[in-house]
Amino acid sequence: MAASAPGMETRRNLTFRFRGGTVALDRFSPRATLLDWLREEAGAKGTKEGCNEGDCGACTVVLSRLRDGALTYQPVNACILLLGQVDGAEVLTIEDLAEGETLHPVQQAMVDFHGSQCGFCTPGIVMSLFALYHQNAPASYAEVCDALAGNLCRCTGYKPILDAALATCEGQPVDRFETQAAERREAIAALADGRDLFVGDENAFFAAPATEAALAELTARFPDAVLLGGATDVGLWITKLLRDPKRILWLGRVAGLDAIRSDADGVRFGAAATLKQSAPHLAALHPDLGVLMARFGSRQVRESGTIGGNIANGSPIGDLAPALIALGASVELRKGAATRVLPLEDFFIAYGKQDRAPGEFVSALVAPRLGEAQAYSAFKVSKRFDEDISAVMGAFRFTLDGDRIAEARVAFGGMAATPKRALGAEKALIGARPADSASWRAALDALAQDFAPLTDMRATAAYRSRVAVNLLAKALMEVAGAEAPTRIGEFLAAQ
Amino acid sequence: MLRNKEPVIPGYEPREETAVVHKPHPHDSARLHVRGAATYVDDIREPNGTLHVAIGMADKASGTLRGLDLSAVRAAPDVLAVLTAADIPGKNDIAPAFADEPLFADSDILYHGQPLFAVVARTRDAARRAARLGRVDIKEAPPALTVEDALVTGARVLPDYAFQRGDAVAATSAAPHRLEGAFRIGGQEHFYLEGQISLAIPGEAGEMLVHSSTQDPTEVQHIVARILGVPDAFVTIETRRMGGGFGGKESQACAWAAIAALGARATGAPCKVRLDRDDDFQLTGKRHDFRADWRVGYDEAGRIRAYDVMLNARCGCSVDLSPGVVDRAMFHGSNAYWLPDVRIASRRLKTNTVSNTAFRGFGGPQGMIAIERVMDAIARERGLDPLDVRKANFYRPGADVTPYGQTVEDCDTLLELVEELETSSDYRARRGEIAAFNAVSPVLKRGIALTPLMFGISFTLIHLNQASALVHVYSDGSVHLNHGGTEMGQGLFTKVAQVVAEEFGVPLDWVRITATNTAKVPNASPTAASSGTDTNGMAAQAGARQIKQRMTEFAAAQWGVEPKDVVFRDGRVFSGNASMAFGELAKACRVNRIHLSAAGYYKTPEIHWDREKATGRPFFYYAFGAACSEVVIDTLTGEMKVLRSDLLHDVGASLNPALDLGQVEGAFIQGMGWLTTEELVFDAKGRLTTHAPATYKIPVASDTPPDFRTRLHMRPNQTESIYRAKAVGEPPFMLAISVYSAILDAVHAVKPGGQPRLEAPCTPEAILNAIDSLGV
Repeated sequence: MAASAPGMETRRNLTFRFRGGTVALDRFSPRATLLDWLREEAGAKGTKEGCNEGDCGACTVVLSRLRDGALTYQPVNACILLLGQVDGAEVLTIEDLAEGETLHPVQQAMVDFHGSQCGFCTPGIVMSLFALYHQNAPASYAEVCDALAGNLCRCTGYKPILDAALATCEGQPVDRFETQAAERREAIAALADGRDLFVGDENAFFAAPATEAALAELTARFPDAVLLGGATDVGLWITKLLRDPKRILWLGRVAGLDAIRSDADGVRFGAAATLKQSAPHLAALHPDLGVLMARFGSRQVRESGTIGGNIANGSPIGDLAPALIALGASVELRKGAATRVLPLEDFFIAYGKQDRAPGEFVSALVAPRLGEAQAYSAFKVSKRFDEDISAVMGAFRFTLDGDRIAEARVAFGGMAATPKRALGAEKALIGARPADSASWRAALDALAQDFAPLTDMRATAAYRSRVAVNLLAKALMEVAGAEAPTRIGEFLAAQ
Repeated sequence: MLRNKEPVIPGYEPREETAVVHKPHPHDSARLHVRGAATYVDDIREPNGTLHVAIGMADKASGTLRGLDLSAVRAAPDVLAVLTAADIPGKNDIAPAFADEPLFADSDILYHGQPLFAVVARTRDAARRAARLGRVDIKEAPPALTVEDALVTGARVLPDYAFQRGDAVAATSAAPHRLEGAFRIGGQEHFYLEGQISLAIPGEAGEMLVHSSTQDPTEVQHIVARILGVPDAFVTIETRRMGGGFGGKESQACAWAAIAALGARATGAPCKVRLDRDDDFQLTGKRHDFRADWRVGYDEAGRIRAYDVMLNARCGCSVDLSPGVVDRAMFHGSNAYWLPDVRIASRRLKTNTVSNTAFRGFGGPQGMIAIERVMDAIARERGLDPLDVRKANFYRPGADVTPYGQTVEDCDTLLELVEELETSSDYRARRGEIAAFNAVSPVLKRGIALTPLMFGISFTLIHLNQASALVHVYSDGSVHLNHGGTEMGQGLFTKVAQVVAEEFGVPLDWVRITATNTAKVPNASPTAASSGTDTNGMAAQAGARQIKQRMTEFAAAQWGVEPKDVVFRDGRVFSGNASMAFGELAKACRVNRIHLSAAGYYKTPEIHWDREKATGRPFFYYAFGAACSEVVIDTLTGEMKVLRSDLLHDVGASLNPALDLGQVEGAFIQGMGWLTTEELVFDAKGRLTTHAPATYKIPVASDTPPDFRTRLHMRPNQTESIYRAKAVGEPPFMLAISVYSAILDAVHAVKPGGQPRLEAPCTPEAILNAIDSLGV
């Protein structure tokens, strides 16, 4: 069927660890979610469905894999994770944590601090905290908030949960997952066979090729197959739009496709690199990108979602595209053996339309480093600070010549049908002095002409236009050097 | 910042005189919650052959149903039945009282998403897919969607209503100073984490058992029986727990139970309805949004002479629970303030949207925030500190009668609370520090506010103020407890069990709490109006006392002592030096034919309300509270962050201070969401476009103020409530008004002396608009 490394057979069953044993499934619907399987097939009712779209976290489970020889504890939303994506992982759910009547330390703290009321979000919250408990370092207040950003609780107001987390996630984990780590590593390693996975037949399958060559072959053969990164968007096509994709090609097992390579010029992100893996590398390019990544979806979404997926689905409100367009990033596409590279902004043609041919896939994203004379900033404005989609996302790169702007890249999300540069404003900024607001007044006016945004449930057109202009002004004020804080985050950090 | 490494309950001091009540016991299900072992309706093992139901919805907000072609639905894979209005054996009516809302539309379309039919299929997936195949032909009429639309059409779900004292119009005109304004207050989606769900299991001879996630099993029973056309006695509703309710599972739980039962009747198989989250948003009612049109007259010191307010309440397409909701908005339209001349009027506006319903506070928050907004306006106009204006207007002895004629008997409690919080929050010094910050900070502005609340406890529909309980003592001494209240996370079951354990002098875990069931305790009131513990606790206590009395008399006779000398404690029964285990006595009682089961009953005394004359004592007592919040806003984007909140809330002699602390903190954050990030958006066609958590934003962990200090005020209730505790479910929701006022304060700092128009919810856009309204 699919190509494999020489001498290796394609594997025809999904294999993963569950409840201390290995599960092998040779038949399942390609669109089945992990939550469906847990609740309906495995009878594990502890994991809840709250929203069925990866926003509330009631369905949070933890996947353990091996990364550089160490066990990971990845919290993921089981409601939108496709079952096939657990291949090679150990699936840990709320039922796994207690030993007999002895609660896991995280569970005990949730009881002691009165961290549950109705209890429906609680299993998901416990699993998110269980993953945090295994980060092997004391959790700060900010880290606890980050770990919980994808877990909605409507009852408690979070205070007792935050307290329970801070009292428990103190560093070295002490639980049976730690004492049994060697056996668990061995069991997970035994699943890593490096073979292509193909479950189903030509009409309906879930495939997870192990090499880029095998992926290229499958995309050429099944150009209509859905390319699946983290399923944080495709999952909703299934659970909400009730689409019925029959052929799914998951990129998560392709060797090297998640590689992140950093050099003096910049960083190359393999398309399958998760947002979680990418975040520190983006933060190293500029702190604003670090802040942006911390607000990107939730921990669960960042553990699943990929760089390539965020770019390839072409959302006009995706956070990453405008930030990276302003930075001057480019995208690499592959079809068969052919590779091409284009500026990121050119990839987005129109709403829902990208410059990607049938059978072609996004293989990497390349982000350059900032020069010494370059100032960069990125701002996300949304109704809620964490786990929200931006009303307006603005990013700016100013190349300075002395105290004047020699070149500007201004990019916005939420302002048009695609992530887009503000060409009029960019032009008007040339020669402006950030310290002299009169010199950039024309650029603000030009920016107002660059876009004709829409009104929707996130904001009105008038607000979007106004904020876009204000963000440019803010970015320029910051380059000029403001005496008082200009950002709430900056103010909080100084407290 | 304060971080608790150990669980602490500020304000709680351990008491020795009781063994089980007044103690911070964990929620009875806490250990089950954290293990994922607490059973919600969807976790019940489905009986073999259980079928699944999905709803077919209207794709227009208004008009007439001309045709419904369901052939493709019937032909879809795994579909076993399709149900429409024609398939209802009983009455096509799910309205609580006014017969104005059908289960399935058969002619008039009331709102976008209204149920038209239901599909019964072998799997939930098959049912959901089939439900989208209906061909619906609706002759569309232009929908009325907003308060303004309804004021144009003139449509009401109920007549206008007002209460007044004196002549508010004349007194306003005669006052030394006057202000007026219009203030928009947004609605709110409940977002219970567990969506609406029912599992109906048919029995013999037309019987039906429905497991329903509801706050009102009795009402669900009535509606299921009405739809099936059977007597109530054929229908049993059981509710072990809900994954959140907040008012959204009172009337709003009925339709899904009725559809599940209808499917079970039609197919003879168990049927489950579990709404997908997006459908749940569109199909169920929300908090009423309001526009308050107000006019106020006051003196130099900011003391109100007269207040005249029109509360325009958007009720949606039907009456539902709006009579009580809008009345309560009126009752709390004066909050804690003496208003010499006053008129509080209301309009109950009808729109082509899902019918708005109960939501924690039940209209109270909307009425209350309107007058708090007025307090801030007066303070700005007079150049006074808003807190001083508030304090100058508090009820005080001699000026303590509400606009509806009830005397506030313990109004000194509020002043005591507010002054304690003013000191403990360091309000005055922080106000000065914030002013200094704002003077040198052009982009970021901070604001602070301290607001009070006074909330009346009792259902204003008097007959609902009753409760029953069923208590059994088994011959091993274990106790079975059942009552008409429902558990939605608030800890009601724990508190009532504490009362029963205290009565019998046994450890809490000897009392087995059981699922609410209409066959065990009939004719219950909804668990609502914050009254669940007050009424069910009293009923359970009455039941336990009957049994205890019989056991006491028996023990006294055995020991030859007076009944008054028999004492129950520590799981034993004592008289002088004699004692025996509680279980031994229970066993002896059974052998000696002493009845060990009792039904307890309670009705709240002293309350009365004459709506025609708009006077009476609708509330058994009041609960008080105060909150001080500080925020920072970004004047370029409108972004906002709550920096610190100090809450001080009156819980009386709390039955369980740990659970009460959770109620206070949780209610505050839920209220903060209502006033900040939670925005319901309907498009021009009447479609709700914020119908999932991706677009509707309730608070997350990082929205909780990083500095969050809550303290319980534990002075025993002056009124004879259960163990002198006070109700706590709803009142602290309104502590969040402090957040709104603090944002207003920060906006005000952009141009001191101005009167910004700040609408709720205070999204970044609303805040930026408010800044614009200052004309800077």
